[in-house]
Amino acid sequence: MSPFPRNQWYVAAYAHEVGRELFTRTVCGESVLLWRTEAGEVAAMADRCVHRRFPLSEAPSRLVGDTVVCGYHGFTYGADGVCTAVPGQARVPRTARLTTYPVKEQDSFVWVWIGEREKADEALIPRSPWLDSPGYTTVCGMEPLAARYGLLVDNLLDLSHETYLHGGYIGTPEVAETPITTEVDEAAGVVYVSRHMDDAACPPFYAKSTGIEGRITRWQDIEYHAPCLYLLHSRIAPVGAPGPNPDGTDPHAFHVEVVYAITPETEHSTHDFWAVARDFALEDQEVSDFLRENNRTVVLQDVVALDKLEQVIASEPAGAQELSINIDTGGLAARRILKRLVEAGAEAGAAGRQALTAS
Amino acid sequence: MNTSHPAPTAMLTGATVHRVVWVPGTDRLRGWCWCGTSHETEGPVELWEWLLAHPDTHPDTHADSSAGTGSGAHLSPADRSPTSAPRSARRRSES
Repeated sequence: MSPFPRNQWYVAAYAHEVGRELFTRTVCGESVLLWRTEAGEVAAMADRCVHRRFPLSEAPSRLVGDTVVCGYHGFTYGADGVCTAVPGQARVPRTARLTTYPVKEQDSFVWVWIGEREKADEALIPRSPWLDSPGYTTVCGMEPLAARYGLLVDNLLDLSHETYLHGGYIGTPEVAETPITTEVDEAAGVVYVSRHMDDAACPPFYAKSTGIEGRITRWQDIEYHAPCLYLLHSRIAPVGAPGPNPDGTDPHAFHVEVVYAITPETEHSTHDFWAVARDFALEDQEVSDFLRENNRTVVLQDVVALDKLEQVIASEPAGAQELSINIDTGGLAARRILKRLVEAGAEAGAAGRQALTAS
Repeated sequence: MNTSHPAPTAMLTGATVHRVVWVPGTDRLRGWCWCGTSHETEGPVELWEWLLAHPDTHPDTHADSSAGTGSGAHLSPADRSPTSAPRSARRRSES
């Protein structure tokens, strides 16, 4: 059984990574070739020539107009994946066609559908509208993680680790000390974990970016849309400042939307996309530089820890004993949802194969 | 099991949402089934077991509500918008 949930949308790249150069990224074990047509549309297809499996992202493969020319023997493909030319003969075999992926550019991400094409529905892609909203300034990056994606989901669903792993950056004692509230919509595959700190130290990440010098009210509201998108709504305000208004406006607070896309690369590696969108100091380049560097440092602290954890888990027999406590309430729900999605994808795949065999 | 505790403030709006709060001043967790019944335990594993098993006679069970691909296929596009997105951003995402 695939270790990944199939029949799901995954972030394959930032929109700015995909242009008129051939670009590749492995998603759920599938090598996906990404490029833009001359009209600016993103094309997504298998990154393997049908002839001898040469990676089409590899030089001297190249884009010629709206076609990809394999650098090994010249097989040529259109944006629809159909081979239009082969060397030395006029007849192009009917089966000379690359698998293409449903693709959607949205909220600064390029999403691809991994699974059965007929089930791809763009309306199911979860949103992160801040990332390309004029009301926000965003910094972002992507770090390769040599660990299974579930470890990053565990990590992000339980932010009490900030106190210990990210002290001096985003962690303060109050994070681990403050109880959480958890909501789970099993059917929708959404986990919501809320931690509201009424009177907390302001970590450097927020003190330097907002200019707040005293203690803060700090709200962390996590929204995980399994399997790929994680949103952390972070609200920061000086202690004593008025709360949000009934109409949803909140002029006395600073808001940071921390977005992660958790995309499995292989069974034991993950693309850790991260973005930090803020609604203050929009034009301040120093704040952008600080948040980019600081958040990348925090992400890399996670990467070091999770890479090590992956080595440990991979070396142990399956089912080694763990212990879960209250802070794991949301993480356990996420694990359960992911397990169900993996099973649902596998069942759908098996049913599809059975139907093909019968027909 | 009892229903005397008020359910926590809801952020997710689905019809079958489970809610779990950390009981103030204790190490205990209290979970609410979406039918309104609640239960208190000492840890999340036990609580999830109770919530997911409660009760198997619900008229609208999990199995029923998770029909489809399990990927939120029954949701409207607006349901894929962030729950607490600022109003302006949420409007944009739903347009």
